Amino acid sequence: MSEGCGWVQPMSAIHAEGLVKVFPSRSGEVRALDGVDLDVPAGTVLGLLGPNGAGKTTTVRILTTLLTPDAGTATVHGIDVARDPQAVRRSIGLSGQYAAVDEYLTGRENLLMIGRLYHLGGAAARQRAGELLEEFDLVDAADRPTKTYSGGMRRRLDLAGALVARPPIIFLDEPTTGLDPRSRLALWDVIEGLVRAGTTVLLTTQYLDEADKLADSIAVVDRGRVIARGTSDALKAQMGGERLVVTVDHGQVETGRAVLQGLADGAVEVEEHTRTLVAPVAGGSTALIDAVRAFDEAGVRVLDLGMRRPTLDDVFLQLTGHHAEPTDAADGPEAPATTGARGASR
Amino acid sequence: MSDLAQTVSDTGTITWRNITRLRRQPDSIVFGIIQSVMFVLLFAYVFGGAINVPGGGDYTQFLMGGIFVQTVAFTCATTCIAMADDLSRGVFDRFRSLPMSRSAVLAGRTFADLAFATVTTAAMALTGLLVGWRTDAPVLSVLAGFALLALFAYAFLWIGAVIGLSVRSVEVAQTAGLIWLFPLTFLSNAFVPLETMPEWLQPIAAWNPISAVVAAVRELFGNVPPGYVAPDYWPLQHPVLASVLWCLVILAVFVPMGVARYRRAAAR
Repeated sequence: MSEGCGWVQPMSAIHAEGLVKVFPSRSGEVRALDGVDLDVPAGTVLGLLGPNGAGKTTTVRILTTLLTPDAGTATVHGIDVARDPQAVRRSIGLSGQYAAVDEYLTGRENLLMIGRLYHLGGAAARQRAGELLEEFDLVDAADRPTKTYSGGMRRRLDLAGALVARPPIIFLDEPTTGLDPRSRLALWDVIEGLVRAGTTVLLTTQYLDEADKLADSIAVVDRGRVIARGTSDALKAQMGGERLVVTVDHGQVETGRAVLQGLADGAVEVEEHTRTLVAPVAGGSTALIDAVRAFDEAGVRVLDLGMRRPTLDDVFLQLTGHHAEPTDAADGPEAPATTGARGASR
Repeated sequence: MSDLAQTVSDTGTITWRNITRLRRQPDSIVFGIIQSVMFVLLFAYVFGGAINVPGGGDYTQFLMGGIFVQTVAFTCATTCIAMADDLSRGVFDRFRSLPMSRSAVLAGRTFADLAFATVTTAAMALTGLLVGWRTDAPVLSVLAGFALLALFAYAFLWIGAVIGLSVRSVEVAQTAGLIWLFPLTFLSNAFVPLETMPEWLQPIAAWNPISAVVAAVRELFGNVPPGYVAPDYWPLQHPVLASVLWCLVILAVFVPMGVARYRRAAAR
């Protein structure tokens, strides 16, 4: 039956319009979301990219029915999250940014419990748990309590938990935050496999390379708003190419900047106290060689010189003119919503 | 699946989860048993000689009803901590993203803790028998006494669940779940006869739900001295009825409050 209001594009797996969420805080209130619009076509991956506190988790919590928005509407799998949350829950899987696995249950028991709570039936839940353990390379550890698992294993089990009922739509909230590089790559493989199988994925991340690798399109979120969206190529084009990073000797910052400006594709950024200059450049390693030559000719003593790919911080600087908050200062607008509940476990 | 069948199935699953967790932490069970045994021994031997039971009864017989009720009441601190712990770990986020019954998480918690309370009650009953507690009531009456203890324990576990969902951290839950139980259990006839309290305190203690349940358990276990006349307060004159009513009132208030808190607390 088609409803009059809340028109949804036929191929949208996830659709949100004007989501607003306000949390009370000690100093008044915090607008965690300030009008977020999203559209994720079925079978595609949307990467929600932003620093801590940008509103990524709040968005996921609304779309997965854990929070109700103060304004705006959202449909998931064509179902209004406010009107029929239970039906939405039947179509989604959620894997959180800190693995919600039960540390005293074994890996198998964790998956069995989730299968039963999806009402798969005992035999089907057992079979599915076995399949997932196999798929996620957890067979050897399947019958050990998960408190003996490594961080990467827990994260895999948590992701497996989201897939128990083979939901058509998966939400991954910072699936690789805090993982070592190897576990991160392994998890990327798993997620890519899901996508090949046709699952729609909404994933949040603080890492540009992660969004770049996994997402068909990216929405950059800052302070509760989507400030840019597009494919990763489009965003990178907007961002400029690689960055040349130079550290110069005392008293040579200004000269260095003038030299570097001659080679740069955009504004040179200066960090005074570390005497480090950062400039977007085109041309890859040729730019590096040009820079060495130019600094040498100008008599600037270079202490350190290197190239790096644009980071989330560069994206933010480019789009907003301010830096992304450093990850260790997790005091963004989302903090009042989460520290109370989560702080205790740390 | 119908809503009711789903709630029953989900409650079973969550109860299984919580009991499995308990079994994998045997030290918590052992300490629960040690604590209840310790209370029986301490009260029986320390207070035993000092307190005169009205009607000329033996203090151990008088004590057991009180200590049973106190110990099962204290179990609700376990529920309180477990709720706060699950909340802090994001487990509830996962549960709430599943198409499962909303009340099953609390029902499964309270059923599992009721099983725990049953184990400690059995340990206390055995210790009581060793220190001279005897019952000459009919078997059915004794069983009714244990059933009433279970109902009372279950009602109190919901209070623990509500507190656990209301506090901001596990550390706070450890205190908040326990602290109110001391005045509540000591301001009652659990360890001393009501008659020995100051006049003004007696009505407060008499209307304390703990007192009604203690009096009811003593009555059902046949531990009331033959010549004893119950104080002239309605709950103590009709302790079994009063206890059942108290439990129903507590459940009627705290079950809906718990479910509402769960929805809201998990949405923080």
